[in-house]
Amino acid sequence: MAEKITGAEILMESLKAQGIKTIFGYPGGSIMPVYDALFDYTRGPKKAFDHILVRHEQGAVHAAQGYARVSGQVGTVIVTSGPGVANTLTGIADAMIDSTPVVVIAGQVGVGVLGTDAFQELDLITVAQPICKWVYQIRRPEDIPWAVSKAYYLAKSGRPGPVVLDFPKNAQVTKCEYLPTTVNFVRSYIPSPRPNEAHIQEAAAIINAAKKPLALVGQGVELGNAHEELKAFLEKANIPAGRTMLGLSALSSSHPLNVGMLGMHGNYAPNIKQQEADVVIAIGMRFSDRVTGNLASYLKQAKVIHLDIDHAEINKNVIADVAIVADCKESLPMLTALVNEADHTEWIESFKSLQEREEEKVTRKALHPTEGPLLMGEVANAVAEATQGMGVTVTDVGQNQLFSTRYSKYNTPRSIITSGGLGTMGYGLPAAVGATFAEHDRPVVVFMGDGGLQMTIQEFGTIMEYQCPVKMVLMNNNFLGNVRQWQNMFFQKRYAFTHMLNPDYKQIAEAYKIPYLRVSDRKELAGAVRQMLDTKGPFLLETVIMEEDDVMPMTVPGASVSEMLLEKETK
Amino acid sequence: MEKKLYTIQVYSENVVGVLNLVTAVFTRNQVNIESLNVSPSGIPNVHKYTVTVITDEAQVKKLIKQIERKVDVIKSSYYLEEEIFVSELALFKVSTPAVLSNPEISRIVRHSGAKILEVNETYTTMQICVKPDAVTELYKKLTKFKCILQYSRSGVVAITRDKVERVSEFLKEQENQQFSFLEEGINEEEC
Repeated sequence: MAEKITGAEILMESLKAQGIKTIFGYPGGSIMPVYDALFDYTRGPKKAFDHILVRHEQGAVHAAQGYARVSGQVGTVIVTSGPGVANTLTGIADAMIDSTPVVVIAGQVGVGVLGTDAFQELDLITVAQPICKWVYQIRRPEDIPWAVSKAYYLAKSGRPGPVVLDFPKNAQVTKCEYLPTTVNFVRSYIPSPRPNEAHIQEAAAIINAAKKPLALVGQGVELGNAHEELKAFLEKANIPAGRTMLGLSALSSSHPLNVGMLGMHGNYAPNIKQQEADVVIAIGMRFSDRVTGNLASYLKQAKVIHLDIDHAEINKNVIADVAIVADCKESLPMLTALVNEADHTEWIESFKSLQEREEEKVTRKALHPTEGPLLMGEVANAVAEATQGMGVTVTDVGQNQLFSTRYSKYNTPRSIITSGGLGTMGYGLPAAVGATFAEHDRPVVVFMGDGGLQMTIQEFGTIMEYQCPVKMVLMNNNFLGNVRQWQNMFFQKRYAFTHMLNPDYKQIAEAYKIPYLRVSDRKELAGAVRQMLDTKGPFLLETVIMEEDDVMPMTVPGASVSEMLLEKETK
Repeated sequence: MEKKLYTIQVYSENVVGVLNLVTAVFTRNQVNIESLNVSPSGIPNVHKYTVTVITDEAQVKKLIKQIERKVDVIKSSYYLEEEIFVSELALFKVSTPAVLSNPEISRIVRHSGAKILEVNETYTTMQICVKPDAVTELYKKLTKFKCILQYSRSGVVAITRDKVERVSEFLKEQENQQFSFLEEGINEEEC
């Protein structure tokens, strides 16, 4: 008979068996036995993990998300019960809507006092259920190996997502034997359905008859690690591709078939051309309202082929003529085998005039202004030029996100980390922290506004303690810029609580011993970016941005994507 | 799209909290549950939910996909009334003096096929097991006489008219899959 160890130690062994290297966490009352075990597993002969002490539990889960997005591995979070895990809920919801694999392990009061409003008790199962892929309460230590293995299996398989383990204190301290267990099958769950060959044939026939095909590429390609399969498909059938915001690095920015970003503030050509295409092939994307604009007029002229791993995405927003429910890593090669080598040069060339219009009306002004204060676009562009698109772009939410996603370059897979679905302000800084702990040698640059930075600014503490090499670009316009833009456009310029008095970020950076530079003169921008990238460890670059700049182009709410505006309509 | 009465059947693992998961899908999609019945199914460790809703086909399709996507849900399907056998049990507690004073009430009860469970000088309890519409009809008839003291319905239960037992078949297929995993030498333990 094997030696009996505590539930907390069994958790450590179970995490070790998963190959977990990095844990983002924050201790507290109901998780103390686990932290006590973690003490041994983070040093000395038993060392298995690095534990990163964040400064707020929301930071832990966003860091785990950033880690997961850039590495393709599951991010791991350990927090306490009650307020501890309540603080992770924003991140859990964010991971759910953006299909990010994370496992959150939360302490809980002992089973004997569950339901008694015990100190720091939260009914986590009920609260987490609608916003996570699976939640389970581990009431006995015997269940730990099984529950942990199942949690990681579910988080990463199929359509990835967050899994929550509610871990009452009694199960942490009770001893039992550790029996290693691997779960890679759950009978009620089909992670990746087999592609239906008849549907593949049908889709290929439609693609082979297409004159103006357009691919809409989403994060599913990255999650399925199907970058090469996507390229082979697009190249053989000669199909131009627009990418969603989360799918930006699914296809290299420099690929000749890349025609830009989809979405409300994406590129003009792919938005307009969607409504001219005769066949649209959506690959690992979910037709978010930010991509489709007004659904009533969206893709009505086109045959739609939808490839997605999640059956529930099919016909949810857009009715598909053919649906292929499978992992695109598997379905794309099958489709590629059946599509003809084609030449759509004329169709692809037709994007050019629209691209030129965007260049003239929007991009040139955004990237190369000759006078006035700095613009967010030129800041993002300066970084893209310095990194040659070989860095990891992390963004917060708002104008900083829309400008930096538009003007960054993505020449390596898994190089965009942004909160797309939930639009979580405060996501950027901790996500960037997490991204630096994944094994890669790419610079991690996070773009943030003054609003979003202050929502999770406490993570400066984490950055200071671990010297995370986060290159922080603060785009400070003293406004909650995106809301201000909408107030300007749709609320008669009534700027209700969007102007903000900012602190002296230099002093804050100094307090955390983070190298800092402030730039307001565009002549100094490139040099400042260079200095930021060349400095070892963290760096905060504050850019003084024009207060009232607008992100364009834009498909205004309720409008069709074909009505996308290049310039703001003045009333 | 036309709204109709749909019966949704859900089979899930018998684990804590699945009812919440299932009903949350209706809440989120703003669909009212007309009736809900949960019980063990004929398959060990598998629970069966029968939910009736009035909605359109596009919505009901969306609902069943969102329910089936939940990890602990095994299968979710929808049926129109004619595709399924449905039945509902109802209990009526009526005033005995009212029944005795009005022969019309006795006549209605007799015609309904209700079974008398208990009679005393105060109340008469009866049970009826019919199509849901017939329960409603009986209630409407009796309520006119203001004789109903209590009334309780079980919610609709249903049996499909499929010639194939899809859930059993599905589980069999899945179990074969599991064995193929085992043959590949992958350690597997699933409760």
